[in-house]
Amino acid sequence: MTHPLDIRAVGELEIEIKRVFDAPPKLVFDAWTKPELLRQWLGKRGGWDWDVCEVDLRVGGAYRYVWKHAEGMTMGMGGVFREIVVPERIVSTEKFDASWYPGEAMITNVLEERDGKTVSVLTCRYETTEARDVVLASPMDEGLGDGFKVLDDVLGTLL
Amino acid sequence: MTVDTLSRTLSALADPTRRRILTRLKSGRATVNELAEPFDLSLPTISKHLKVLERAELIRRGRQAQWRPCTLRPERLGEAAEWLERFREMWEANFSNLDALLDDLQGLKSDSEERKKS
Repeated sequence: MTHPLDIRAVGELEIEIKRVFDAPPKLVFDAWTKPELLRQWLGKRGGWDWDVCEVDLRVGGAYRYVWKHAEGMTMGMGGVFREIVVPERIVSTEKFDASWYPGEAMITNVLEERDGKTVSVLTCRYETTEARDVVLASPMDEGLGDGFKVLDDVLGTLL
Repeated sequence: MTVDTLSRTLSALADPTRRRILTRLKSGRATVNELAEPFDLSLPTISKHLKVLERAELIRRGRQAQWRPCTLRPERLGEAAEWLERFREMWEANFSNLDALLDDLQGLKSDSEERKKS
């Protein structure tokens, strides 16, 4: 079954992406950290496919992802692992080669077991509120609620 | 929409006073004085905010010299919302791929367990 995706702004700097998966955390952890598994799901859509997928899974180790589009464009990103707790927590930096937001993001991926399933909470922390808002574009927390309300009222229900 | 335009829209939206101004303008056009009143801010401060909103194409200002009433322009907000929709679609697509992979992995795992048993 497909579980609902919950995306919201938290505070001034973060976006939280929450989703349940019908598999234990160890499998979800592997899917995020083993190149042969990552290549099967992340970023594969709309003509994009993998070119480079390298993961040095240790604190201080780097990862590097590059995708290629059927029409010749490439998109690359990478970062460094800051914390690794198998199978429940991965903290890493993230920077796109042609970044559309300023600075680096810090990504915290928490995988919690619940009845044999995984509750996954991916928190992306940006260096500035502006960067966060560029990524999210629809602030929903209390501080930015009015902004969302404007969007919501003007455009109808978004989420 | 270019990222520059989006950035401008979002940084204009990043300020709570400016968002309140936009919310006020949803119920109809208003003059600078009318906008300044509920915020307890000076006219120059409000004018500064209005300039940012105007540059970000979130509002339009009338031509009557004294009045210059402000009107909301919803187009840019629509574009910002579209951007969010793309972000959501991207993660929905990623995670639906991941669902399929996890099913496969568990299918493979239970197959091999069955093989072990037999």
